[in-house]
Amino acid sequence: MRNWLPVLLLIALLCGLCAAMPVLEPLFRGLQPDKARVIYQRESLFFLLGHHLMLVAVSAAVATLVAVAAGIFATRPSGRDFLPLVSQVASIGQTFPPVAVLALAVPVLGFGEAPILFALMLYGLLPILRNTLAGLEGLDPTVREAALGMGMSPWQVLCQVELPLAGRVILAGIRTSVTINIATAAIGSTIGARTLGDPVIAGLVNGNTAYVLQGAILIGLLALAADSLFEALERAWGAGVAIANK
Amino acid sequence: MIELKNVTRRFGDTVAVDGIDLAIETGEVCVLVGSSGCGKSTTLRMINRLLPHSSGEIRVDGKDITTLNPERLRLNMGYVIQGTGLFPHWTVARNIALVPRLLKWPQARVDARVRELMTLLDLDPDTYANKYPAQLSGGQAQRVGVARALAADPNILLMDEPFGALDAITRENLQLEMLRIQRQVRKTTVFVTHDIDEALKLATRIAVMDQGRIVQHDTPENILRHPASEFVENLVGKQDRGLKLMSLRPVRELMTAHARPRPATPGADALGEDDSLREALSVMLCRNLTQLPVCNGRGEETGVIARERIIRDGV
Repeated sequence: MRNWLPVLLLIALLCGLCAAMPVLEPLFRGLQPDKARVIYQRESLFFLLGHHLMLVAVSAAVATLVAVAAGIFATRPSGRDFLPLVSQVASIGQTFPPVAVLALAVPVLGFGEAPILFALMLYGLLPILRNTLAGLEGLDPTVREAALGMGMSPWQVLCQVELPLAGRVILAGIRTSVTINIATAAIGSTIGARTLGDPVIAGLVNGNTAYVLQGAILIGLLALAADSLFEALERAWGAGVAIANK
Repeated sequence: MIELKNVTRRFGDTVAVDGIDLAIETGEVCVLVGSSGCGKSTTLRMINRLLPHSSGEIRVDGKDITTLNPERLRLNMGYVIQGTGLFPHWTVARNIALVPRLLKWPQARVDARVRELMTLLDLDPDTYANKYPAQLSGGQAQRVGVARALAADPNILLMDEPFGALDAITRENLQLEMLRIQRQVRKTTVFVTHDIDEALKLATRIAVMDQGRIVQHDTPENILRHPASEFVENLVGKQDRGLKLMSLRPVRELMTAHARPRPATPGADALGEDDSLREALSVMLCRNLTQLPVCNGRGEETGVIARERIIRDGV
């Protein structure tokens, strides 16, 4: 339970801020006295939060599926020849700035959610793939040898031995990917996706620092909440293996 | 029974195992011994098809192993390796239960079998069943490895330098343990080691390997008495072959037995009937004694052994 307490606190704070941002009006008024409006009210913050989360969740789910599948494939005897290629492709994915991906994707995919989903997915792939490879390659080779030698099928070895043992490292990769993408998703607002970047962009356009701050605080809190959620998950996953690695 | 006929294994251009013939009878312990890179581990791993053989034929109980499903083949072969290969995320009990669970035994039968094996290997089930491998010492972990290999009562046991990473005392204990268990369960065993003393101690027959070939396949005694080549002679040690021969024979063979067992003298040095002549001689030399009493497992004195007799007839 102690693991989950920070997660719950951060989520409560996040929801509280979304619901009660107008309460903080005097604070933002002090920051930006020259504007008629200092609280972003063009759209419900809950709606933006939901959309933001949806974008990150969908891209993370696709990236996880693709990256874990590619990582498993590249560490099988039949796919081992592709191991250098797979890790190179993933590294290249990381060197493209997401803004560049957006700029290139908009002409093909149009405005809205599709290009940002594509960019997030591409960008989130590498940390997961890298950790999947590290997790699977880092296993004690005698464990795999014994598992096969005792008569487990390759599929049983993968599901009962390799993935549970590498799971914690893979989960750490997903954590990095999701946290980065929560921040990156905000730029989707520049091409018409609805995200917590909306107040930031609106604030930048109108010279309203209060708007920028509201968006930034919520994005930051969301990233923290997701990060601590994954930390708690990793601990829960590692409970058995942690003893084993002592 | 395991038969290898003209079996060869190539890795690229190098020949790791070069046309070997080997027959391992049911219930015997065949030890493959040789220096590293001689092909002994490769030979072992071909028997359970972890490595395919390049040419030749391997038969287990008369069946060509390439016609069998590799998983089914391995489920009937216990496999023990040097690093133990225990699953770190599973408890000791679950590790041992691996093969019975793969064979879908009912849970009650699995549990009973796990307890039975832990007792057989001198691991208290109540203390160790729920521990993780990382909480065990090297010797305990290897006991669990052996228990796991024996779990589903396979006909064949393959052991690849199982005691190689253990300290000398633990290794000696486990070797004795293995001899004891082997007397009880009589598995056809193929045991790989680079330690000639371990081979002499455990083997029914030894296959000495060098550069991918078997240079001699014979009983420990014949290997010591009639080494087939310079290589074997060097391997068994030119100088101390006499002592090694003595270590093959138990004290009981040369002792003068009493008509009936009598109570042992308390506090006196005594040997066990199963101790080797080499140990007997060593104790006598060390204590400067000409003879020693011999006791049986119940602590009764059953005879005496004389130094003269060991020196005259020991080899």
